[in-house]
Amino acid sequence: MSALTITKVRKAFTDTVALDDVSLHVPHGSLTAVLGPSGCGKTTLLRLIAGFLAPDAGTIAFDDRVVAGAGRPVPPQDRKVGYVPQEGALFPHLDVAGNIGFGLPRAERVGDRIDEMLDLVELPRSFRSRQPHELSGGQQQRVALARALAPGPTVVLLDEPFSSLDASLRESTGRAVARALRAAHATGLLVTHDQSEALSLADQVAVLREGRLIQAGSPADVYLTPHDPELARFVGGATSLEGRAGAGSTATCALGTVTLTHPASADDVVLVIRPDQVVLDTAGVDAHVDEVSFYGHDAAIRLTVGGAALVARVSGPSAPAAGDSVRISVRGAVHAYPAPVRD
Amino acid sequence: MVVALLALIPLVYVAVYTVIIGPVELWQLVVRPRILELLRNTVTLAVACMAATALLGVALAVLVERTDLPARRLWHGLLVAPLAVPAFVNGYAWISLDRSIQGFGGAFLVITLSYYPLVYLPAVAALRGLDPALEEASWSLGHSRWQTFARVVLPQLRPALLGGVLLVGLHLLAEFGALALLRFPTFTTAIYDQYGSTFNGSAATAMAGVLVMLCLFLLLAELRLRGSRHYARIGHGAARLSEPARLRALRWPLVALVAGLVALAVGVPAYALVHWLVVGSSTEFPLGELLAATGSTVALAGAGAIATTLAALPVAWLAVRHRNRVSTLVERSTYIANALPGIVVGLALVVASLRLVPVIYQSALLLVVAYAILFLPRAVVTVRSGLEQAPIVLDHVAQSLGSGPITTARRVTLPLIAPSLGAGAALVFLAISTELTATLMLSPIGTRTLATEFWSASSELRYGAAAPYALLLVLISVPATLLLMRQERLTP
Repeated sequence: MSALTITKVRKAFTDTVALDDVSLHVPHGSLTAVLGPSGCGKTTLLRLIAGFLAPDAGTIAFDDRVVAGAGRPVPPQDRKVGYVPQEGALFPHLDVAGNIGFGLPRAERVGDRIDEMLDLVELPRSFRSRQPHELSGGQQQRVALARALAPGPTVVLLDEPFSSLDASLRESTGRAVARALRAAHATGLLVTHDQSEALSLADQVAVLREGRLIQAGSPADVYLTPHDPELARFVGGATSLEGRAGAGSTATCALGTVTLTHPASADDVVLVIRPDQVVLDTAGVDAHVDEVSFYGHDAAIRLTVGGAALVARVSGPSAPAAGDSVRISVRGAVHAYPAPVRD
Repeated sequence: MVVALLALIPLVYVAVYTVIIGPVELWQLVVRPRILELLRNTVTLAVACMAATALLGVALAVLVERTDLPARRLWHGLLVAPLAVPAFVNGYAWISLDRSIQGFGGAFLVITLSYYPLVYLPAVAALRGLDPALEEASWSLGHSRWQTFARVVLPQLRPALLGGVLLVGLHLLAEFGALALLRFPTFTTAIYDQYGSTFNGSAATAMAGVLVMLCLFLLLAELRLRGSRHYARIGHGAARLSEPARLRALRWPLVALVAGLVALAVGVPAYALVHWLVVGSSTEFPLGELLAATGSTVALAGAGAIATTLAALPVAWLAVRHRNRVSTLVERSTYIANALPGIVVGLALVVASLRLVPVIYQSALLLVVAYAILFLPRAVVTVRSGLEQAPIVLDHVAQSLGSGPITTARRVTLPLIAPSLGAGAALVFLAISTELTATLMLSPIGTRTLATEFWSASSELRYGAAAPYALLLVLISVPATLLLMRQERLTP
């Protein structure tokens, strides 16, 4: 296993720039999630690392070994990258053991390695002789991971591996995959558009938007101190309110005076407020409940406060009904960004 | 590229020849009473048969797929069965039983009975592929079953119907054996007569030119009519069948109708074969000759099947893996060549080989090339669908696991497409075994295949002698028909 270092990578196709000036370091043995909406270039990044594409500029290195960007790129078969595509892409003509053993030297294809890998991805050893079509979607993904891990790859690349699974299976398979990657001390890169998947599974989250890396940091960093309001909306489901900077680290807005995480850098600011920061509070300001989505353990309520729209997440049993009037306040410090300059 | 160029030889030949003999002489060759008569014959027969097969094919498909007709599975099998009887064997069956069946009426009857499955089969497949939710949505919006059929189902059948009717038209334009036996002259039979009797190159080529124009006209018409509308199935829908319509009082009359049709389409040829085999006065079983003819048929068909499949592989590969203008053009050009009748391909290869490489004239090699041109699309379609089962992502996975391109081909791609390569080769093998026109024109002197032996016996009115060959030809066609039925079921 190696650390993965991407330096100032650029890739353009005939009509679009897919990636521009992207740099990212994935430390040895850790899992990084590349998060972004579809079309942001995250799959291109993965294909560059795997060697299916070559970058126009910049370098990609596994530890000190530059595989792309210095002379002839190393062909995919010589990079020792473990690749887990969407929906697994198991070889349909081979059974589970044949799939897992595909990348192993001939002598090892029949040995204990297959069982070891099945143990690692938490599948019963009796699955050896199953055919891919006899497996559920989640099981196929685990076999695909076992196949990628078996030859001891330098880096494991996972391309939206859980997107085709239904919600409950997605979470359990995701956790099993993350456990297997940790047990194998694998350096992993997980591409996803699902922010909760990225936040819950990865050690580092790198956010891509329109081919550029917006922010890379720990899940908590990205969630609590997003780089800009758009990222706050994307990662935390936050809503933004206009406000004016006040004395010290405060600002005034439709919710009254709120505390800021940092002193504002401009007079007009945009405040981003995550749903979990909005609480029902009899001492707060008046708000009107427009819509309630009840999930059981909690509920998302869409509110209007002084002409501004806001989303709050409250515990399910205490959720108000649509049309109610409630009082709300903000818990904790709020992130402020300079307001965009108006023409 | 080479494959595409080879496939285009016939078209280029006709075009070049037209230019060489010049417009004046060409005009004189074309505007003759004989040509106009042929044109009238060909066009009226084509229009009548295409209309009849369209009507018959769709009606039968709806009856079998969407009503409570008794024993629907049995009828389905029997209705597809005519595909296993080459049209010229069918023509032989009818005229050998009743000499009065000839001319336009006979040709119309035999061609329609032989070719309606070409519409029926895709129509059945399309009906099965329809999401029943579409019809249910229509009912829920207040349309009756008939209105739903006219406004929802029929429009969805359009691609299948047009494709099927186009095939009927192209087959008819290429048909030689049946029409020659039934003494209904069309361009194809006239070209053959011209070629055989006087070796009149320019006249034959001028007629071939008109024939090619007719084929291209059909292709273009189909493209125009199909239009750019999408016939996608939106969403997956449930894999369930819609409730069959009740026929009530019409049930038994309709069964009688279908049974009557089956009797005409399958019963008559079967009866004729048995009749001539058992009671025919000229029936003989020259075992040695039968074996020899079977042997040379198998050898030619085997060589042709292998050559065609090998030629199809790069075409399909380009079309699936490197989709761009050039690869699309290459793929399409092979299809156009397929639309050309065997007679044109034969004629073109005769002239081209005499002019360019006289050595291979009258050689088995030339015949194999003709087969490859004629049947390439069948192999391409099959190999292509196989390659689509082996998506590029599997190559990527194999590469990331350390396999180079050659190892990947050996361990992943080839095992995956092997079945479709086999199926493609089998389809071509069977098509070649029953091919008559090009074989008659191009086979080396002294080569006897089942088709040529059958032809020489039946065209000399030795119906009994032709019967054993006809039987073998039908038996050879059965597996191809089964394969075709399976393909229709698999393609959505």
